[in-house]
Amino acid sequence: MRRFSWFNVTSLTFGFAFLYLPMVLLVIYSFNASKLVTVWAGFSTRWYGELLRDEQFMDAAWVTIRVALFSSTLATVLGTLAAVVMIRAGRFPGRTLFSGMIYAPLVMPEVITGLSLLLLFIGIGLDRGIFTVVLAHTTFAMCYVSVVVSSRLATFDTALEEAALDLGCSPFEAFRLVTLPIIAPAVISGWLLAFTLSLDDLVIASFTTGPSATTLPIQIFSSIRLGVSPQINALSSLLIGVVAIGVIAASLATKRRAVTQAREEQAAARVTG
Amino acid sequence: MTTAPADRPRPGPAVFAPWDEPDAVPLIQFKNVTKRFGDFTAIDDLTLDIYTREFFALLGPSGCGKTTMMRMLAGFETPTEGKILLSGQDIAPIPPNQRAVNMMFQSYALFPHLSVWENIAFGLKREGKDKDTIRARVDEMLRLTRLEKFASRKPHQISGGQRQRVALARSLAKAPKLLLLDEPLGALDKKLREETQFELMDIQEKTGTTFVIVTHDQEEAMTVASRVAVMDEGKLIQVATPPVIYEQPNSVYVADFIGDVTIFEGTVRKDGEHYRLDWAEGQPPLRVRSPASLRDGQTAYVAIRPEKVEIHHNRPDDHNVLRGKVVDIGYLGNLSTYHVELPGGRMIRAQNFNTERDTRQPFTWEDEVWVNWTETCGVLLER
Repeated sequence: MRRFSWFNVTSLTFGFAFLYLPMVLLVIYSFNASKLVTVWAGFSTRWYGELLRDEQFMDAAWVTIRVALFSSTLATVLGTLAAVVMIRAGRFPGRTLFSGMIYAPLVMPEVITGLSLLLLFIGIGLDRGIFTVVLAHTTFAMCYVSVVVSSRLATFDTALEEAALDLGCSPFEAFRLVTLPIIAPAVISGWLLAFTLSLDDLVIASFTTGPSATTLPIQIFSSIRLGVSPQINALSSLLIGVVAIGVIAASLATKRRAVTQAREEQAAARVTG
Repeated sequence: MTTAPADRPRPGPAVFAPWDEPDAVPLIQFKNVTKRFGDFTAIDDLTLDIYTREFFALLGPSGCGKTTMMRMLAGFETPTEGKILLSGQDIAPIPPNQRAVNMMFQSYALFPHLSVWENIAFGLKREGKDKDTIRARVDEMLRLTRLEKFASRKPHQISGGQRQRVALARSLAKAPKLLLLDEPLGALDKKLREETQFELMDIQEKTGTTFVIVTHDQEEAMTVASRVAVMDEGKLIQVATPPVIYEQPNSVYVADFIGDVTIFEGTVRKDGEHYRLDWAEGQPPLRVRSPASLRDGQTAYVAIRPEKVEIHHNRPDDHNVLRGKVVDIGYLGNLSTYHVELPGGRMIRAQNFNTERDTRQPFTWEDEVWVNWTETCGVLLER
């Protein structure tokens, strides 16, 4: 059993400890009965109860979820269209510049994106609030979606679309009935990525929001400045739980699908010999 | 023009040869079609007629323009110059989804998210046919391609040969005037490919659809097609029935592309009813009968197929007799190919059918032999 040598076990332990110790500590302390974050005073779910009664946090959570839903959906539509154009348009003058401009926000510092959006909103006299946050999040999440979708489209057999046209589809029908269902997994994972990005964005939201719309990360950040409260621990534990369940569910679903497909293909090979 | 399916190319009074009938109306007409991609000319001033119920093969090496011709018929490319007529109508302005033309793709392009049944029904649903009509038509197609058992399977759950049949059923479902097949059998192994060739011919006869097939496999083209067009660099080199292409090639290119051939280059001179080709110093000239009219002293070629070359131990009393040495033997079971080296290093291939059950070969390596062929067996070519 060389695989479990002393060296391997140690590096594995340190690696995981480095990654997960802070989160484990946070979850443990969220069940602390004491009001002081660093002093353990026995097990309690008290802070979870208080969190649910805290209107500020609940409002912020609701704002965040709405922003994430709208912006990720909008970003998915725009990002998918951009990806389709980039992959399908072929070569035209300025193509490299154009595709570079789609991906530039990926590497642009968030502070700059936030600041420029703020200037734009002030310039056109748009009242800052939930709407401007949605716009801002759409802007930066869109390029992530287009990266995910275009990497799927790059391996997409264009003959499938031609076959759809050949069988009587208009170009739009071909996209709706053939392309979209086939690239759906990539579109969905683009949507999930955009949703997560929007959920935990602090910088851009701080620049573009107004007093009426405080998102959860802003709320957490501002209350931290007044000292870490056990409520924050409870809230963070909930977020970790939600994300963990989502990731595990997604990977289980993918794995099950792969297994079923492999089994079906084997069955087909047996039948046809 | 409409004839019963049984009238297709068979020996007898009703031979299918509309291209020889002066008043036959072609289904497809290419009129001086040129297609350029930037600086590259894919199709070069090409004129061609294809008739209803034909099984027409476009044959050529990759990059010769055969796929471009097919894509222009399907509507995925438009000609740069010239016109393509389908039933007398210019099809340039008609988008692919409104053409009475369907295509079977090289990759099959089956929709992976739909079942076999839904794949075949796809085109019919787009036409807005009612449910019962669609059901009846799809079931008919499943029967035709023997896929009834697999109707509810997804494309990844069936074998390569079955996928090929689904692709064929799907492209035939809308009963197109013209079916285009892009290297339809390329992905199948040899045995399955041969079976499927006959299946394709059978289906073509049953449905009476005009087929245009693109292939680089000359055997496939010869087997399935009523006429073959041999292409090179965007031009048609020869358009004719398979036997004419094989026995009366119009150029060295066609002779060489189709089947096995030995080609002698030399200067030609007329001698009574036949020509003589002087091809090497100290060698007897080759005698060949030809309807062509060539100038004396002109450079010309004689092409000779290996199965028409006889091989002997003793000198036969005939024309076109050459002495040589066996350097290679290819034993294929039904026949053997001998590579015979002539004095001066020239090689000629001779084929013998193994009609006796004899495991000893009549000729072996290093044997001194005589080869010959009659004066009607060689083909005299100008270029």
